[in-house]
Amino acid sequence: MSVTILFWSVTLAQLFLAAAALCCGVRLFKGPRAQDRVLALDALYVCAMLLLITFGIRTGSTLYFEGALVISLLGFVSTSALAKFLMRGEVIE
Amino acid sequence: MSHAAELPLWAALIVAFLLLLGSGLTLLGTIGLVRLDSFYKRVHSPTLGTTWGTGGILLASMLFFSVIESRPVLHELLIAVFVTVTTPVTLMLLARAALFRDRTEKNPEVPTFTAVAERSSEVVARGVNNGGTAEG
Repeated sequence: MSVTILFWSVTLAQLFLAAAALCCGVRLFKGPRAQDRVLALDALYVCAMLLLITFGIRTGSTLYFEGALVISLLGFVSTSALAKFLMRGEVIE
Repeated sequence: MSHAAELPLWAALIVAFLLLLGSGLTLLGTIGLVRLDSFYKRVHSPTLGTTWGTGGILLASMLFFSVIESRPVLHELLIAVFVTVTTPVTLMLLARAALFRDRTEKNPEVPTFTAVAERSSEVVARGVNNGGTAEG
């Protein structure tokens, strides 16, 4: 019983997160300006991190946790670097 | 999912609820990212995924592994603290960059530097006048 509940909830959660990543992809593709694309990339990082954690629950291994931690670290660094680039690029030109 | 066979029913129900709450809120935030019509509105919506979206899924993972291994597994707190601390920093940096770009392009949708300065000086002057009349 608990296996069935867990299986379906993890599957549904992964479908939701995949749909969320797809929405981020739409905004990343469509986004009228650079800041919209950076914002979509940041949300995509969060979706990927959450998807890895749900994979960890599905397989029962804690190995995916390290991957999720690395993704959240890289998401912070890349988003702040891109935001800084958007500001400095305008200053120089 | 045979590793979950020894999970009691109450834990499975709570884990399922937290998983669906977290992933549903994340999906809601990204739908907002697609549907809202200006950047300054859109910058709010992904935070739904970084607060309770991340929180729900991390709580589900913590509960699941704690019950399965029958010892407290709390290392997901590391991700929770990190995401909570960094999201406001990155999004405020991004919003300031976008505001700077809009102002340098003289976009009419955002107030200019001089308009903001005039308004704040008006507010200060009004405050001083009100204070003066109240005392007089």
